[in-house]
Amino acid sequence: MASRLLKLFTVAAFSVFSILYFTPVSAQPHEPQQSSAQEPGKKKAFDAQEIIFGHVLDGHDFHFFDITHDDGTKTPVGIPLPVILYSPQRGLNVFMSSKFHHGEHKHAGYRLLNAEYLEKLKEKGIDLKKEGLSAGKIIAVDENDNWDKAVKFYDISLTRNVVQMILALALLVWIMLSIAKRYKQGYGVKSAPTGMQNLLEPVITFVRDEVAKPNLGAKWEKYLPYLLTLFFFILINNIIGLIPGTANVTGNIAFTFVLGIISFIVILGSSKKHYWGHIFNPPGMPVWVKFILVPVEFVSVFVKPMALIIRLFANMVAGHIIIICLISLIFIFSAMSKGVGIASSPLAVAFTIFIYFIEILVAFLQAYIFAMLTAVFIGQAYEGEHHHEEAHAAH
Amino acid sequence: MVLLSDVANSNAGGAIGAGLAAMGAGIGVGQIGKGAVEAIARQPEALNDIRANMILTAALVEGAALFAIIVGLLAVL
Repeated sequence: MASRLLKLFTVAAFSVFSILYFTPVSAQPHEPQQSSAQEPGKKKAFDAQEIIFGHVLDGHDFHFFDITHDDGTKTPVGIPLPVILYSPQRGLNVFMSSKFHHGEHKHAGYRLLNAEYLEKLKEKGIDLKKEGLSAGKIIAVDENDNWDKAVKFYDISLTRNVVQMILALALLVWIMLSIAKRYKQGYGVKSAPTGMQNLLEPVITFVRDEVAKPNLGAKWEKYLPYLLTLFFFILINNIIGLIPGTANVTGNIAFTFVLGIISFIVILGSSKKHYWGHIFNPPGMPVWVKFILVPVEFVSVFVKPMALIIRLFANMVAGHIIIICLISLIFIFSAMSKGVGIASSPLAVAFTIFIYFIEILVAFLQAYIFAMLTAVFIGQAYEGEHHHEEAHAAH
Repeated sequence: MVLLSDVANSNAGGAIGAGLAAMGAGIGVGQIGKGAVEAIARQPEALNDIRANMILTAALVEGAALFAIIVGLLAVL
Protein backbone atom coordinates (compact mmCIF):
# COMPACT_ATOMS: atom_id res chain seq x y z
CA MET A 1 0.00 0.00 0.00
CA ALA A 2 2.70 2.46 1.01
CA SER A 3 4.84 1.66 -2.02
CA ARG A 4 1.79 2.12 -4.26
CA LEU A 5 1.12 5.53 -2.75
CA LEU A 6 4.75 6.46 -3.17
CA LYS A 7 4.65 5.42 -6.81
CA LEU A 8 1.54 7.47 -7.43
CA PHE A 9 3.08 10.45 -5.72
CA THR A 10 6.25 10.15 -7.78
CA VAL A 11 4.28 9.98 -11.01
CA ALA A 12 2.18 12.98 -10.00
CA ALA A 13 5.19 15.03 -8.97
CA PHE A 14 7.01 14.19 -12.17
CA SER A 15 3.99 15.07 -14.32
CA VAL A 16 3.49 18.41 -12.58
CA PHE A 17 7.19 19.10 -12.96
CA SER A 18 7.23 18.33 -16.68
CA ILE A 19 4.05 20.29 -17.41
CA LEU A 20 5.26 23.34 -15.59
CA TYR A 21 8.69 23.00 -17.15
CA PHE A 22 7.40 23.10 -20.68
CA THR A 23 4.59 25.66 -20.39
CA PRO A 24 6.83 28.67 -19.79
CA VAL A 25 8.24 28.23 -23.29
CA SER A 26 5.16 29.94 -24.71
CA ALA A 27 5.16 32.52 -21.97
CA GLN A 28 8.80 33.35 -22.50
CA PRO A 29 8.42 36.46 -24.70
CA HIS A 30 6.67 38.33 -21.89
CA GLU A 31 9.43 37.91 -19.37
CA PRO A 32 12.18 40.10 -20.79
CA GLN A 33 9.76 43.06 -20.92
CA GLN A 34 8.87 42.54 -17.29
CA SER A 35 12.44 42.40 -16.17
CA SER A 36 13.43 45.42 -18.27
CA ALA A 37 10.56 47.36 -16.68
CA GLN A 38 12.17 46.73 -13.31
CA GLU A 39 14.96 48.98 -12.17
CA PRO A 40 18.25 47.54 -13.37
CA GLY A 41 20.41 46.16 -10.60
CA LYS A 42 17.68 46.39 -8.00
CA LYS A 43 17.06 42.68 -7.78
CA LYS A 44 20.30 40.77 -8.03
CA ALA A 45 20.23 37.38 -9.71
CA PHE A 46 20.57 34.39 -7.41
CA ASP A 47 24.25 33.52 -7.12
CA ALA A 48 24.49 29.89 -6.03
CA GLN A 49 28.27 29.96 -5.71
CA GLU A 50 28.22 32.91 -3.33
CA ILE A 51 25.54 31.27 -1.17
CA ILE A 52 27.33 27.92 -1.08
CA PHE A 53 30.71 29.28 -0.10
CA GLY A 54 29.13 31.73 2.30
CA HIS A 55 27.75 28.73 4.16
CA VAL A 56 30.69 26.37 3.91
CA LEU A 57 33.53 28.78 4.72
CA ASP A 58 34.42 30.44 7.99
CA GLY A 59 32.90 33.82 8.85
CA HIS A 60 32.68 36.57 11.41
CA ASP A 61 29.05 35.89 12.37
CA PHE A 62 26.43 33.16 12.54
CA HIS A 63 24.19 34.10 9.65
CA PHE A 64 20.71 32.57 9.57
CA PHE A 65 18.62 34.38 6.95
CA ASP A 66 17.85 37.78 5.40
CA ILE A 67 14.59 39.68 5.80
CA THR A 68 13.84 41.39 2.49
CA HIS A 69 11.85 44.63 2.89
CA ASP A 70 9.38 46.07 0.39
CA ASP A 71 11.94 48.49 -1.01
CA GLY A 72 14.37 45.68 -1.78
CA THR A 73 16.80 46.28 1.09
CA LYS A 74 17.81 43.31 3.19
CA THR A 75 18.25 42.96 6.94
CA PRO A 76 20.45 39.96 7.79
CA VAL A 77 19.50 38.01 10.88
CA GLY A 78 22.30 36.35 12.81
CA ILE A 79 24.58 36.39 15.83
CA PRO A 80 27.56 38.75 15.59
CA LEU A 81 30.88 37.51 16.94
CA PRO A 82 33.84 39.37 18.40
CA VAL A 83 36.52 40.62 16.03
CA ILE A 84 40.02 40.84 17.49
CA LEU A 85 42.62 42.58 15.38
CA TYR A 86 46.19 43.37 16.34
CA SER A 87 48.26 45.73 14.27
CA PRO A 88 51.77 46.91 15.19
CA GLN A 89 50.87 50.39 13.86
CA ARG A 90 47.36 50.73 15.23
CA GLY A 91 47.41 48.51 18.31
CA LEU A 92 44.76 46.14 19.52
CA ASN A 93 41.16 46.48 18.36
CA VAL A 94 38.32 44.45 19.85
CA PHE A 95 34.72 44.98 18.73
CA MET A 96 31.68 43.01 17.62
CA SER A 97 31.36 42.13 13.95
CA SER A 98 27.92 43.82 13.90
CA LYS A 99 29.83 47.16 13.80
CA PHE A 100 30.66 46.37 10.17
CA HIS A 101 26.97 46.11 9.26
CA HIS A 102 27.86 43.18 6.99
CA GLY A 103 30.48 45.12 5.10
CA GLU A 104 28.45 48.28 4.56
CA HIS A 105 30.37 50.38 7.10
CA LYS A 106 33.98 50.62 8.11
CA HIS A 107 34.90 50.54 11.76
CA ALA A 108 38.11 51.64 13.51
CA GLY A 109 39.89 51.78 10.17
CA TYR A 110 38.96 48.25 9.13
CA ARG A 111 36.45 46.96 6.66
CA LEU A 112 34.77 43.60 6.08
CA LEU A 113 34.93 42.75 2.40
CA ASN A 114 31.58 42.19 0.73
CA ALA A 115 30.60 41.74 -2.90
CA GLU A 116 30.10 45.48 -3.55
CA TYR A 117 33.43 46.55 -2.11
CA LEU A 118 35.20 43.75 -3.99
CA GLU A 119 33.61 45.08 -7.18
CA LYS A 120 34.99 48.54 -6.33
CA LEU A 121 38.47 47.11 -5.80
CA LYS A 122 38.23 45.27 -9.09
CA GLU A 123 37.38 48.51 -10.90
CA LYS A 124 40.53 50.06 -9.46
CA GLY A 125 42.52 47.36 -11.21
CA ILE A 126 43.43 45.24 -8.19
CA ASP A 127 43.89 41.56 -8.94
CA LEU A 128 41.69 39.98 -6.24
CA LYS A 129 43.00 36.45 -6.67
CA LYS A 130 46.63 37.54 -6.56
CA GLU A 131 46.13 39.58 -3.39
CA GLY A 132 44.11 36.79 -1.76
CA LEU A 133 41.05 38.98 -1.21
CA SER A 134 37.60 37.42 -0.95
CA ALA A 135 34.26 38.17 0.66
CA GLY A 136 34.30 37.83 4.45
CA LYS A 137 37.92 38.92 4.88
CA ILE A 138 38.89 42.00 6.85
CA ILE A 139 41.16 44.66 5.32
CA ALA A 140 42.61 47.88 6.68
CA VAL A 141 41.30 51.07 5.07
CA ASP A 142 42.30 54.76 5.32
CA GLU A 143 40.01 57.81 5.90
CA ASN A 144 38.79 57.84 2.30
CA ASP A 145 37.73 54.20 2.49
CA ASN A 146 40.58 53.06 0.23
CA TRP A 147 42.49 49.87 0.87
CA ASP A 148 45.56 50.68 2.96
CA LYS A 149 48.07 48.04 2.06
CA ALA A 150 50.79 49.50 4.29
CA VAL A 151 48.96 48.58 7.51
CA LYS A 152 49.91 45.09 8.57
CA PHE A 153 47.63 43.39 11.04
CA TYR A 154 46.84 39.99 12.48
CA ASP A 155 43.26 38.75 12.50
CA ILE A 156 42.82 36.62 15.64
CA SER A 157 39.04 36.96 15.78
CA LEU A 158 36.73 34.44 17.34
CA THR A 159 35.16 33.33 14.07
CA ARG A 160 32.12 31.08 14.00
CA ASN A 161 34.26 27.97 13.59
CA VAL A 162 36.29 28.85 16.68
CA VAL A 163 33.23 29.71 18.77
CA GLN A 164 31.41 26.56 17.73
CA MET A 165 34.43 24.37 18.37
CA ILE A 166 34.82 25.80 21.88
CA LEU A 167 31.11 25.23 22.54
CA ALA A 168 31.35 21.66 21.25
CA LEU A 169 34.40 21.09 23.41
CA ALA A 170 32.61 22.42 26.50
CA LEU A 171 29.60 20.21 25.76
CA LEU A 172 31.81 17.16 25.24
CA VAL A 173 33.77 17.74 28.45
CA TRP A 174 30.56 18.29 30.41
CA ILE A 175 28.95 15.08 29.06
CA MET A 176 32.06 12.99 29.60
CA LEU A 177 32.81 14.30 33.09
CA SER A 178 29.22 13.79 34.21
CA ILE A 179 29.35 10.20 32.94
CA ALA A 180 32.71 9.57 34.56
CA LYS A 181 31.26 10.83 37.85
CA ARG A 182 28.40 8.34 37.57
CA TYR A 183 30.85 5.47 37.08
CA LYS A 184 32.86 6.63 40.07
CA GLN A 185 29.69 6.58 42.15
CA GLY A 186 29.22 2.95 41.16
CA TYR A 187 26.42 3.22 38.59
CA GLY A 188 27.18 0.98 35.64
CA VAL A 189 29.86 -0.87 37.58
CA LYS A 190 27.86 -2.60 40.31
CA SER A 191 24.43 -1.87 38.84
CA ALA A 192 22.98 -1.21 35.39
CA PRO A 193 24.10 2.06 33.74
CA THR A 194 21.62 4.94 33.91
CA GLY A 195 20.71 7.94 31.76
CA MET A 196 23.42 9.24 29.45
CA GLN A 197 25.60 6.22 30.26
CA ASN A 198 23.22 4.03 28.26
CA LEU A 199 23.77 6.24 25.22
CA LEU A 200 27.54 6.33 25.33
CA GLU A 201 28.66 3.05 26.88
CA PRO A 202 27.95 1.01 23.71
CA VAL A 203 29.89 3.56 21.65
CA ILE A 204 32.84 3.50 24.02
CA THR A 205 32.92 -0.30 24.07
CA PHE A 206 32.61 -0.29 20.28
CA VAL A 207 35.69 1.91 19.94
CA ARG A 208 37.51 -0.30 22.46
CA ASP A 209 36.57 -3.65 20.89
CA GLU A 210 36.46 -2.79 17.18
CA VAL A 211 39.07 -0.04 16.87
CA ALA A 212 41.63 -0.29 19.65
CA LYS A 213 41.94 -4.00 20.49
CA PRO A 214 42.23 -5.53 16.98
CA ASN A 215 44.72 -2.92 15.73
CA LEU A 216 46.84 -2.17 18.75
CA GLY A 217 47.27 -5.63 20.24
CA ALA A 218 48.55 -5.74 23.78
CA LYS A 219 49.11 -1.97 24.12
CA TRP A 220 45.52 -0.95 23.46
CA GLU A 221 44.96 0.47 26.92
CA LYS A 222 47.67 3.05 26.43
CA TYR A 223 46.12 4.48 23.27
CA LEU A 224 42.42 4.09 24.06
CA PRO A 225 42.01 7.55 25.70
CA TYR A 226 43.47 9.25 22.62
CA LEU A 227 41.30 7.24 20.22
CA LEU A 228 38.15 7.91 22.25
CA THR A 229 38.91 11.63 22.43
CA LEU A 230 39.50 11.71 18.69
CA PHE A 231 36.32 9.79 17.96
CA PHE A 232 34.01 11.82 20.16
CA PHE A 233 35.53 15.19 19.32
CA ILE A 234 35.13 14.61 15.57
CA LEU A 235 31.68 13.12 16.08
CA ILE A 236 30.31 15.99 18.17
CA ASN A 237 31.69 18.58 15.74
CA ASN A 238 30.26 16.68 12.77
CA ILE A 239 26.84 16.43 14.35
CA ILE A 240 26.65 20.02 15.58
CA GLY A 241 27.76 21.11 12.11
CA LEU A 242 24.71 19.39 10.62
CA ILE A 243 22.27 21.59 12.56
CA PRO A 244 21.07 24.28 10.13
CA GLY A 245 22.61 27.67 10.84
CA THR A 246 25.76 26.38 12.49
CA ALA A 247 29.31 26.51 11.18
CA ASN A 248 31.05 23.74 9.27
CA VAL A 249 33.88 23.08 11.72
CA THR A 250 35.06 19.67 10.53
CA GLY A 251 34.87 20.92 6.94
CA ASN A 252 37.65 23.37 7.69
CA ILE A 253 41.10 22.31 6.56
CA ALA A 254 42.81 24.02 9.53
CA PHE A 255 40.76 21.99 12.01
CA THR A 256 41.41 18.64 10.32
CA PHE A 257 45.04 19.61 9.76
CA VAL A 258 45.65 20.04 13.47
CA LEU A 259 43.94 16.71 14.23
CA GLY A 260 46.06 15.03 11.55
CA ILE A 261 49.27 16.56 12.90
CA ILE A 262 48.46 15.33 16.41
CA SER A 263 47.87 11.85 15.00
CA PHE A 264 51.13 12.11 13.07
CA ILE A 265 53.02 12.96 16.26
CA VAL A 266 51.38 10.04 18.09
CA ILE A 267 52.23 7.66 15.23
CA LEU A 268 55.87 8.80 15.11
CA GLY A 269 56.12 8.81 18.89
CA SER A 270 55.04 5.18 19.09
CA SER A 271 57.24 3.99 16.20
CA LYS A 272 59.98 1.47 16.87
CA LYS A 273 63.28 0.73 15.23
CA HIS A 274 61.66 -2.08 13.29
CA TYR A 275 59.26 0.36 11.58
CA TRP A 276 62.07 2.65 10.39
CA GLY A 277 64.06 -0.37 9.34
CA HIS A 278 61.26 -1.37 7.02
CA ILE A 279 61.23 2.11 5.53
CA PHE A 280 64.92 2.80 5.01
CA ASN A 281 66.17 -0.75 4.55
CA PRO A 282 63.36 -3.09 3.46
CA PRO A 283 64.54 -6.61 4.28
CA GLY A 284 64.81 -9.29 1.62
CA MET A 285 64.89 -6.92 -1.35
CA PRO A 286 67.42 -6.69 -4.18
CA VAL A 287 69.41 -3.44 -4.06
CA TRP A 288 67.87 -1.95 -7.21
CA VAL A 289 64.35 -2.42 -5.80
CA LYS A 290 65.39 -0.57 -2.67
CA PHE A 291 66.17 2.51 -4.76
CA ILE A 292 62.50 2.62 -5.79
CA LEU A 293 60.97 1.35 -2.57
CA VAL A 294 62.73 3.55 -0.02
CA PRO A 295 61.50 6.90 -1.45
CA VAL A 296 57.99 5.49 -1.82
CA GLU A 297 57.97 4.20 1.75
CA PHE A 298 59.41 7.47 3.03
CA VAL A 299 56.73 9.52 1.27
CA SER A 300 54.05 7.20 2.59
CA VAL A 301 55.00 8.22 6.15
CA PHE A 302 53.74 11.73 5.37
CA VAL A 303 50.95 10.70 3.04
CA LYS A 304 49.19 8.70 5.77
CA PRO A 305 48.30 11.67 8.03
CA MET A 306 47.75 13.82 4.93
CA ALA A 307 45.14 11.34 3.73
CA LEU A 308 43.45 11.49 7.15
CA ILE A 309 43.33 15.29 6.95
CA ILE A 310 41.97 15.47 3.40
CA ARG A 311 39.48 12.64 3.88
CA LEU A 312 37.67 14.21 6.83
CA PHE A 313 37.81 17.70 5.31
CA ALA A 314 36.63 16.65 1.86
CA ASN A 315 33.84 14.42 3.16
CA MET A 316 32.34 17.10 5.34
CA VAL A 317 32.72 19.90 2.78
CA ALA A 318 31.28 17.73 0.02
CA GLY A 319 28.28 16.79 2.16
CA HIS A 320 27.51 20.38 3.10
CA ILE A 321 27.94 21.57 -0.49
CA ILE A 322 25.58 18.89 -1.79
CA ILE A 323 22.88 19.86 0.72
CA ILE A 324 23.14 23.56 -0.11
CA CYS A 325 23.28 22.80 -3.86
CA LEU A 326 20.03 20.86 -3.66
CA ILE A 327 18.35 23.71 -1.77
CA SER A 328 19.82 26.20 -4.25
CA LEU A 329 18.23 24.24 -7.10
CA ILE A 330 14.84 25.55 -5.94
CA PHE A 331 16.00 29.13 -6.36
CA ILE A 332 17.78 28.46 -9.64
CA PHE A 333 14.58 26.94 -11.02
CA SER A 334 12.40 29.73 -9.63
CA ALA A 335 14.62 32.22 -11.42
CA MET A 336 13.57 30.46 -14.65
CA SER A 337 9.89 30.65 -13.81
CA LYS A 338 7.75 30.51 -10.72
CA GLY A 339 5.98 27.28 -11.76
CA VAL A 340 9.16 25.32 -12.22
CA GLY A 341 10.33 26.57 -8.84
CA ILE A 342 7.18 25.38 -7.11
CA ALA A 343 7.24 22.05 -8.93
CA SER A 344 10.90 21.37 -8.22
CA SER A 345 10.84 22.29 -4.54
CA PRO A 346 9.23 19.05 -3.22
CA LEU A 347 11.77 17.03 -5.19
CA ALA A 348 14.66 19.17 -3.99
CA VAL A 349 13.48 19.00 -0.38
CA ALA A 350 13.01 15.22 -0.61
CA PHE A 351 16.53 14.81 -1.97
CA THR A 352 17.88 17.14 0.70
CA ILE A 353 16.30 15.07 3.46
CA PHE A 354 17.73 11.92 1.87
CA ILE A 355 21.24 13.39 1.69
CA TYR A 356 20.82 14.77 5.21
CA PHE A 357 20.28 11.28 6.58
CA ILE A 358 23.30 10.04 4.63
CA GLU A 359 25.25 12.90 6.20
CA ILE A 360 24.26 11.73 9.67
CA LEU A 361 25.68 8.32 8.73
CA VAL A 362 28.81 9.98 7.31
CA ALA A 363 29.25 11.97 10.54
CA PHE A 364 29.55 8.70 12.48
CA LEU A 365 31.50 6.95 9.72
CA GLN A 366 34.15 9.65 9.40
CA ALA A 367 34.70 9.78 13.15
CA TYR A 368 35.05 5.98 13.13
CA ILE A 369 37.38 5.97 10.13
CA PHE A 370 39.62 8.69 11.54
CA ALA A 371 39.98 6.80 14.82
CA MET A 372 40.28 3.45 13.04
CA LEU A 373 43.01 4.53 10.63
CA THR A 374 44.92 6.28 13.38
CA ALA A 375 44.80 3.02 15.34
CA VAL A 376 45.94 1.04 12.27
CA PHE A 377 48.87 3.39 11.67
CA ILE A 378 49.90 3.36 15.32
CA GLY A 379 49.71 -0.43 15.23
CA GLN A 380 51.90 -0.55 12.12
CA ALA A 381 54.39 1.83 13.69
CA TYR A 382 55.12 -0.20 16.80
CA GLU A 383 54.06 -3.77 16.12
CA GLY A 384 56.34 -4.65 13.25
CA GLU A 385 56.81 -8.26 12.23
CA HIS A 386 54.78 -9.79 15.07
CA HIS A 387 51.74 -7.68 14.28
CA HIS A 388 49.66 -10.42 12.73
CA GLU A 389 50.33 -13.04 15.35
CA GLU A 390 49.55 -10.64 18.18
CA ALA A 391 46.43 -9.34 16.47
CA HIS A 392 45.13 -12.87 16.13
CA ALA A 393 46.06 -13.70 19.68
CA ALA A 394 44.08 -10.69 20.87
CA HIS A 395 40.85 -11.97 19.32
CA MET B 1 49.78 28.44 -20.01
CA VAL B 2 47.35 30.80 -21.71
CA LEU B 3 44.98 27.89 -22.16
CA LEU B 4 45.32 26.79 -18.55
CA SER B 5 44.66 30.23 -17.13
CA ASP B 6 41.44 30.55 -19.10
CA VAL B 7 38.57 30.51 -16.60
CA ALA B 8 36.07 28.60 -18.70
CA ASN B 9 38.60 25.93 -19.57
CA SER B 10 39.70 25.48 -15.99
CA ASN B 11 36.05 25.23 -14.89
CA ALA B 12 35.40 22.56 -17.51
CA GLY B 13 38.57 20.76 -16.47
CA GLY B 14 37.53 20.79 -12.83
CA ALA B 15 34.09 19.48 -13.68
CA ILE B 16 35.45 16.73 -15.92
CA GLY B 17 38.02 15.77 -13.31
CA ALA B 18 35.38 15.56 -10.57
CA GLY B 19 33.19 13.45 -12.86
CA LEU B 20 36.02 11.05 -13.66
CA ALA B 21 36.90 10.79 -9.97
CA ALA B 22 33.27 9.98 -9.14
CA MET B 23 33.22 7.31 -11.85
CA GLY B 24 36.40 5.70 -10.58
CA ALA B 25 35.21 5.78 -6.99
CA GLY B 26 31.85 4.36 -8.04
CA ILE B 27 33.50 1.42 -9.75
CA GLY B 28 35.82 0.88 -6.78
CA VAL B 29 33.13 1.04 -4.11
CA GLY B 30 30.89 -1.16 -6.26
CA GLN B 31 33.60 -3.80 -6.43
CA ILE B 32 34.06 -3.62 -2.66
CA GLY B 33 30.33 -3.98 -2.09
CA LYS B 34 30.16 -6.91 -4.50
CA GLY B 35 33.03 -8.64 -2.79
CA ALA B 36 31.62 -8.02 0.67
CA VAL B 37 28.13 -9.24 -0.21
CA GLU B 38 29.53 -12.38 -1.82
CA ALA B 39 31.74 -13.02 1.17
CA ILE B 40 28.81 -12.55 3.57
CA ALA B 41 26.70 -14.92 1.47
CA ARG B 42 29.40 -17.56 1.81
CA GLN B 43 30.21 -16.93 5.44
CA PRO B 44 27.39 -15.16 7.26
CA GLU B 45 29.10 -15.76 10.59
CA ALA B 46 32.01 -13.51 9.54
CA LEU B 47 29.65 -10.57 9.02
CA ASN B 48 31.28 -8.22 11.54
CA ASP B 49 34.83 -8.71 10.31
CA ILE B 50 33.76 -8.33 6.70
CA ARG B 51 31.77 -5.20 7.42
CA ALA B 52 34.63 -3.52 9.27
CA ASN B 53 37.04 -4.29 6.44
CA MET B 54 34.50 -3.21 3.83
CA ILE B 55 33.98 0.18 5.45
CA LEU B 56 37.72 0.67 5.86
CA THR B 57 38.49 -0.16 2.23
CA ALA B 58 35.58 1.91 0.96
CA ALA B 59 36.92 4.84 2.98
CA LEU B 60 40.34 4.43 1.38
CA VAL B 61 38.83 4.39 -2.12
CA GLU B 62 36.64 7.33 -1.29
CA GLY B 63 39.65 9.19 0.05
CA ALA B 64 41.40 8.86 -3.31
CA ALA B 65 38.28 10.13 -5.09
CA LEU B 66 37.97 13.04 -2.70
CA PHE B 67 41.56 14.08 -3.39
CA ALA B 68 40.57 14.36 -7.04
CA ILE B 69 37.43 16.28 -6.18
CA ILE B 70 39.39 18.77 -4.07
CA VAL B 71 41.83 19.27 -6.94
CA GLY B 72 38.83 19.74 -9.26
CA LEU B 73 37.37 22.28 -6.86
CA LEU B 74 40.68 24.16 -6.77
CA ALA B 75 40.67 24.28 -10.57
CA VAL B 76 37.19 25.79 -10.56
CA LEU B 77 37.82 28.36 -7.84
